Order: sequence, then structure tokens, then C-alpha cells
Amino acid sequence: MDELKCECGHVNPTGTILCEACGKAVGNRQNENKLLDMRYEGSARRSQTYNKSIIDKIWNFFSSVKVGVSLIVIALVASSIGTIFPQETYIPSTIPASEYYEQEYGAFGKLYYLLGFHNLYSSWWYLVIIGMLGMSILIASIDRFFPLYRSLKNQKVVRHDSFMKRQRIFGITNVSNQEVNLEQITERLKKQRYRIREENGNILAEKGRFSRWGPYVNHIGLIIFLIGGLLRSVPGMYVDKVVWLREGEMKEIPGTNGEYYLKNNAFIFEVYDKGNKEDEAFVKAIEKTGTAIAKNYQSNVTLYKQEGEVLPGEKPQLQKVKDFEIKVNEPLKHDHYALYQVDYKLNEFSKMSFYLMDKKTEEKFGTLTIDLNDPKPSYQLKKGYSVELMSYFPDFEFKENGEPTTKTRIPNNPAFIFKMVTPDKPEGEVSFVAIRENIEPAGENVYKMAFAGVETRNATALTVRKDLTLGILFAGGIIFMIGVVQGAYWNHRRIWVKRKGEEIWIAGHTNKNWHGLKRDIALVVQTTPLFEPTDQLNEEKFSNKGEEISG
Amino acid sequence: MDKKKRRLMMRTVILLLLGAALVYALYTNFTKDTANQIQMGSEAPNFVLTDMDGNEHKLSDYRGQGVMLNFWGTWCKPCEYEMPYMENQYHAYKDQGVQILAVNVGESNYAVNSFVSRHNLSFPVMIDKGQEVQVAYRVDPLPVTFLIDKEGKVIDRITGSLTEAKIQQHMEKIKP
Repeated sequence: MDELKCECGHVNPTGTILCEACGKAVGNRQNENKLLDMRYEGSARRSQTYNKSIIDKIWNFFSSVKVGVSLIVIALVASSIGTIFPQETYIPSTIPASEYYEQEYGAFGKLYYLLGFHNLYSSWWYLVIIGMLGMSILIASIDRFFPLYRSLKNQKVVRHDSFMKRQRIFGITNVSNQEVNLEQITERLKKQRYRIREENGNILAEKGRFSRWGPYVNHIGLIIFLIGGLLRSVPGMYVDKVVWLREGEMKEIPGTNGEYYLKNNAFIFEVYDKGNKEDEAFVKAIEKTGTAIAKNYQSNVTLYKQEGEVLPGEKPQLQKVKDFEIKVNEPLKHDHYALYQVDYKLNEFSKMSFYLMDKKTEEKFGTLTIDLNDPKPSYQLKKGYSVELMSYFPDFEFKENGEPTTKTRIPNNPAFIFKMVTPDKPEGEVSFVAIRENIEPAGENVYKMAFAGVETRNATALTVRKDLTLGILFAGGIIFMIGVVQGAYWNHRRIWVKRKGEEIWIAGHTNKNWHGLKRDIALVVQTTPLFEPTDQLNEEKFSNKGEEISG
Repeated sequence: MDKKKRRLMMRTVILLLLGAALVYALYTNFTKDTANQIQMGSEAPNFVLTDMDGNEHKLSDYRGQGVMLNFWGTWCKPCEYEMPYMENQYHAYKDQGVQILAVNVGESNYAVNSFVSRHNLSFPVMIDKGQEVQVAYRVDPLPVTFLIDKEGKVIDRITGSLTEAKIQQHMEKIKP
């Protein structure tokens, strides 16, 4: 026989402990304690029933609460280990991780690095733990929800005597010579918002069944949350990049696959100013700190959209989308992308001007302005005078052998080798010019390049962010909370009233807050001949088996 | 029994789905670092750049030939080091159907021109002013060299400076 037929005629699935309909113990698994184990209504949890194939064995493993709790503990411990030292993402990029941890934290740091804890949250074993936790949550829920649902749906009004007797709240009243007004009892139960089912003078009053689904709703929320986390690695779902833009520069926004371009029109850095009327309130604070206090970081940008198919390197066909002022906490948002102000660099050299000057007479023969990011090979001054740029070092330093060289392409410390061609020196004089430096390698010159001025510009750094998983994470979180509230703020209470000859039996069950149930029953039976049922758990101290945990 | 079979089926399907999700999570996590790079064997992103002599070079026009695509900067010493070797091998292989395209990462014409004349480079040198080609090829750090075969597929990505022998080996590899 695959199924269990109860005395009452109801056919239960294999593995059922208490008949779904009448509650009589079927099968032989129920122990002989005085009180029933009401967990999951004594329904047939599938995992407990079949254990033959490998699939069943895996299923049973993940269905186990013990396994689930162990996984949670393991995940907690692992996650906390990852916070002992900073993860690799957060260490300075100037030192390799292999040296950093030992240098900063000694032998323990080295061990931390060797064990791979510096990248713990993306390690395979951490992902496996989280993945197994997800499987455990889902399978355990499936394994419990359906049998529980079935049991509660199939329950009958009249329960078996043995079921009634072995409830924690139970009492018998002999009513042989008194009239009991069942109408009144039903009325009172209804007033307390119980749903009533009646059958031949027997009553089942039930409320808050909805609370039993709380844990499952909660688990669905968790699963959605995990799926959201998983989706982050799907291309197109998540972007997190940084773009640096100098004033006047326009670039493709990284992460948009060439779809959007951004131009930096200006970067503005403002500080609180004592002299400014607006900032009067802050005078004391400004004086106290003594240094400049930042008031505003702002990038004035223009967003462009690429129209049509254009190859990289080809001139983009841009359509202006909008102008925007990006400030801290006021990102430019467009088409799921957001651009946040994240960093800046002030006063990078952009242009330098020089006079061509006679050293003795200090007579000037015109000025030239060099765009440090796009210098010209030669500059014509007035007739007969010109300056050739022989060499240019944007970020100048001397090599070991004494030759000038450049460290980077950014004009942090520009230096030039000029050839000055004049009517009296037609073959030209060579001059090496750097900041506060003027070297004449070929002996004394007649002319010199005199510094005339410098123009600077600012650069801004913006974070490019796109996160389509945010909505999913939010939904998961909200469903999670709904589940918690559902399970925590409502109780599933049932009261059975059974007429048996000259006796009336009352039994009660709740998944939590027994005091509340007792109060409900007390309100129903007061002024009637019925005795208030007793709490059998208080009468006799059971070893522990009788106490049940809510499902 | 019918019910039993259905149960087994359901369990198997659910376990397979969950297993697949886990495997996917692990897979994307491990390919995360390489996902930011051009995949070997994939088609080389097409581009158009103009060289210092004003000639347009479109990568797809070089189908049928091997292309050694080099990204460099004038301040980058290892880039400078490999230039003369590339120049030598360019002469040896240009008639055998292997091209060299050297893409500067967006410096000034002045800097590139003086670099080219200092090293007497005769292969096409171009400037990626908008840095779009670098983005397409995920260039970082310099120098980096891509070997593109006659079908337009990226067959190798080499970071760091190349010796002349290495360059020759690579040229041999992409020779049509």
C-alpha cells in the first residue's frame, strides 16, 4: 500500500503521522508522549518518506533544517573572516597584495593572503556555501509548504478523540443536566474574529492561518534577493566604472558601448569664504579649522548620444541630450546610467606662454602660446623671428645618464628645448626651458625664452553606474519583510469543540502565544457551564518531547 | 508508480535548475577577470584610424593578411624598446602579407611625429585621439600587442616588451 487510510475514511499520503482529516495518529511514527507533536500538522514531509535514489538523498540533505542552520553558521563565520583585514579591492594599488598583507599585518597577514582570504567574497568556496544555502532554503520550503498546505486544507471539523486528548489545551465538561448554548459560543468566537465551521453540534474555530505561510513568503524573498545578486554578473545588468575628463575634453562614457559621450565644460570647486555674506554663519568654523572647507564640487557637463553605426576611431555622430550640473549626491541620471562626482584635480597646466627676448636689452620680439596637450613644431613671430620646438617633455625628469625624459604624458612639469631663429642668428640658438630653469647647452645665447604666463584647467572624475538588479533586490527585500511580519505578528489559533455523549470536549492549538489562545477560550466559556480547559503542559512537566515548535 | 515518477522528475528538474544557477555563478565569477579582455579566437573589433601621413586604415580592409596591432605611448619605455625590432620585422614581413599597425594611445601629433622621426618608423602609426579603439580592445597597461590572423580573429594578446626573436615568431604565426 502506498497510501494510508485512516479509520475516518480519509486517505493520507505515505509518511503521514497524523491523519490530515481527523488528526488520529496513523502510521507508527508518532511517539507515545502525552502531547502530540504538531509540527507541520503531522503531515507527510516528502523528504522524510522516500530515501531511495540519489536524487532523493540530495533532496533530503538540503531539506534538513540541521543542514540549513549549519550552512548559515558556516556562511556567517566565513563572511566575518573576510572583515578581519581589508579585501584586495580596498588595499592601495601601489603595492601588490602579496607584499601588502605581510608588510601591514605581519605573519598573520601573510597567512591571510596565502589562504586566499584577501579575495574571500569571490572565492569559489564562498560562492558554493551561499549557493548551497539558497538550495537549502528553496528545497526545505518546498518540502514543508505543500504537505502543510494539504493538511490544513483537508482538516475536518470533528477530530479523533486521541487527537483532542493529546492537545496541549484540553478540557472535558460533563453537561448531562445542563443546557449548553452552542449558538452563544459560536457568537463569541465570531466576535473574536474566528472563522467557524460547524458539523452536528461540533465546532472548529480557526483564525490567522495566513500566519503559517510567513516563513515561506520570507524564503521566496530571500531567493529573489539571491537571484538579484546572481544577475549582477550578467552582461548589461551592472556597470561600475570611472571616467576622467579635463575641462573641454569629450570622451565616450565607459560601460555604454560607445552609446554615450560626455563633455566636461567646467569643473567648479568652491570653499566657504569668510568674506562672503552668504557664509557669515560659518565664520567661526572657518577660523577654527584654519584651512579651506569645501562647499561644492561640481562638474558642468553635456551629455551626447551616438546616432547611427560608427566604428571606433571614426568621428562620432553625436546628438546633444542635455546639459547638467553634477554635484555630490546629485548625479546625472539618464537611461539607467548615473554619473556621480567622485574625484577631481585642480590647476593642471594646459597652456604656457613665452616671450622671445633679448637678454641684454630685454626687448621683446613677440609672444608664443604653447598648448601643452597639442604643441606645434614651430611658432612664427614677427618677421624674421621664429621659434622651433625641438623637444617637449610634458612630465620632465632627468634620466640616470643626464638626458631629459618624460615620466608620463600629463603636463605636470613641462620642459622644452627651443631653437630661437632671429635675423642676427639665422642658424638659431638652442635653449632648454623648464619651470624655473633655463639652460643654454651650446654656450652663451643672445636671446632667451622668458616665461610670460600659464593657463590651467581642472579635471573631474565621475563614477559611471548602472544597476538593473536594484529593483529585484528591493522586491526581494520587501517580500522578505512581508514574510517576517506575516509570521511574527499573527498567530494561527484553532479551537475544537466536540460533543461526545453527555460530555463536551474542548481542545486548542496555536503556533505561538499560548496565553492569547487561553484568553480567547476563557472569554468564550465564561458564564457558561463549560470548564475552562487546562494547559496540560503546565500540569505535567514533560521531558521535552511534548513541546512543539511552530511550523 | 505514476506519482513516484512525477515526484522524482520534479526533484530532478529543481535540483538541475539550482545546480545550473550555481555553476553559472561560479563560471561568471572565474571569467570575471578575463571578461574584461578580448577573448582569444574572437573577431577583432573593427576600427578606422588615420595615420601620420593622412591615410585611413580600416582593420577589416586587411582581411587576408595577418595584422600585428600594437598599442603604445611615447613616454612608455618598454614601448620604445620594441620599436626598432618591429621596424626591422616590418620590412621582412610586409611583402609576406603581415602588417603592423601601431596605435598611439592619444598623445599630441607633435609628440608622435617627433617619436616617429626619431626612430625612423615606416609602418603606419596612428593616434587614437578619442581613445575609443583602446576601449574596444580593453588596453591597459602599455605596451600591448594583438595578433590578428587573416580571418580577422584575435589569436594572441601579448603584454610587455617584445624581443626581436619574439616578434619574428609572432609574425610567423599570423602569416597567411
